[in-house]
Amino acid sequence: MGSIVLQNVSKEFGGMNVIPGLDLAIADGDFVVFVGPSGCGKSTLLRMIAGLEDTSGGRILIDDADVTRVPPAQRQLSMVFQSYALYPHMSVYGNIAFPLKMAGRDKAAIDKKVRAAAATLNLTDYLERKPRQLSGGQRQRVAIGRAIVREPRAFLFDEPLSNLDAALRVNMRLEISELHQALKTTMIYVTHDQVEAMTMADKIVVLNKGNIEQVGSPLELYRSPANRFVAGFIGSPRMNFIDGPEAEKRGAATIGIRPEHLGLSASEGAWRGEVDLSEHLGSDTFLHINAPGIGALTARMAGEFSASRGAQVFLTPDETRIHRFDSHGEALP
Amino acid sequence: MRRTSPARHGFITALAWSIGLLIFFPILWTFLTSFKTENDAIASPPSFLFFNWTLENYAEVQSRSNYLKHVFNSVTVAFGSTLLAILVAVPAAWAMAFAPTRRTKDVLMWMLSTKMMPPVGALIPVYLLFRDWGLLDTLSGLVAVLMLINLPIVVWMLYTYFREIPVDILEAARMDGASLAKEIVYVLAPMAVPGIASTLLLNIILAWNEAFWTLNLTAANAAPLTAFIASYSSPEGLFWAKLSAASTLAIAPILLLGWFSQRQLVRGLTFGAVK
Repeated sequence: MGSIVLQNVSKEFGGMNVIPGLDLAIADGDFVVFVGPSGCGKSTLLRMIAGLEDTSGGRILIDDADVTRVPPAQRQLSMVFQSYALYPHMSVYGNIAFPLKMAGRDKAAIDKKVRAAAATLNLTDYLERKPRQLSGGQRQRVAIGRAIVREPRAFLFDEPLSNLDAALRVNMRLEISELHQALKTTMIYVTHDQVEAMTMADKIVVLNKGNIEQVGSPLELYRSPANRFVAGFIGSPRMNFIDGPEAEKRGAATIGIRPEHLGLSASEGAWRGEVDLSEHLGSDTFLHINAPGIGALTARMAGEFSASRGAQVFLTPDETRIHRFDSHGEALP
Repeated sequence: MRRTSPARHGFITALAWSIGLLIFFPILWTFLTSFKTENDAIASPPSFLFFNWTLENYAEVQSRSNYLKHVFNSVTVAFGSTLLAILVAVPAAWAMAFAPTRRTKDVLMWMLSTKMMPPVGALIPVYLLFRDWGLLDTLSGLVAVLMLINLPIVVWMLYTYFREIPVDILEAARMDGASLAKEIVYVLAPMAVPGIASTLLLNIILAWNEAFWTLNLTAANAAPLTAFIASYSSPEGLFWAKLSAASTLAIAPILLLGWFSQRQLVRGLTFGAVK
């Protein structure tokens, strides 16, 4: 079991209101990702759930029990740190066994669990090694092994992949997703990378300046962002925002259109522009276009698309995919 | 890394050895002099190795004063004051390293600033307090004063070592279900061992060699080895050979301690734990 509820939780750091007071309910078995730019309070929030950071106000409930004043050791949560935080003086075996030892399990039971975890994580050959003798990916696996052996009520991940190189990151992303499929335990995952958030989450919590901007499934956030911040943060390349007459024509202060929802033509279309720069990814081509009276736009074309600098093009937005925002940046229905 | 040429390497090695020997020479000379007769000791030009080696200074020193009693006093004072200081400093350094407040830096600076005042500035009040409290020439009084004068250094050293322990690792232990006691026993202590050991050693040496307070606050009963050496420099004149023998006897224990413990002091235990 592992449902987690935050009720009006707030945090102050020396007079600064980092998290003004927020409510959130996480159901048992959910994979929830906290995402937001650095300094948005996502790590602080995770550490408050873990108990490593005191709350300034509000309540935290785990399985309906108030744990706001309960020390981290008694919350039965596991955490994977960005720095791995392995015990340098213990072997891999010792590291994975540590939570079980703290829980007072007997030696035979510990041995069985450690070996089972090591087998799932491909660490069997490294059990006698010290953390410093392992690569970054192996260290991250040990940290995960240490987290899973004690069967916690929930897993907390604090940017666990940011110290890995790009290829390894994709692998570990899959491994963590598979782990969630297998264990069905609640996971809370903090990242600043919206691709990680989109690919892994059942539910994304977008945070900005300590406030929750929106909570929803990846596609809900993609299809109907609640405001300009979420619209700009989710999706890559970023959504295009257009102010002025084009927006007024549609009864909004600002309209947003994603690069993949712009149609391109050499001869006709709604907006005329000039190609500034094209980025070729092979599978996609990103065109940066300067449209007079509209502004700088990014368009995404599937496949290879050649357009030379200065070429004249016409863009047509998919009207059903236009997002409208009021002057406060809130989405209009 | 830049490769050095053999000539350059040789030069640097020779230079390092020369400086090392230069620093070590007074100790070597003291050691050699302790085996000379008083006449050989003041001979000019001095003889380096070819003199009549004799043990009579050691015999004389033994018969004139109770060496073992002074050793006992030195050991009591050095170990006692250091252990007491560690006991007080560990919680202090822990709090400052892992739960700092806005004033932590100021407190540390203030503690260090007490070491900047010449000790003689505090001699008269301390002496009078010791007299009134009956602590003059007692081991407990000496332990207390040496513990207090070395406390700032002990706190600073431990604080610096603790600061190098990544707080993530302590937090990981907390998340893994460790109580504060278990966190200290299983995670903090093993990682801090090299730091605590070197602090311990350095302070034993400092307390062992401390001469100002030990000379001023003791007479016969609590006199440690520093006072024992000083007793050989008398108004009737210096007895170089006997003074050297006394000095050699006084520094020998601490030199051996330093020699045997140098290995475990240098160890990068935390490497590879974080990042």
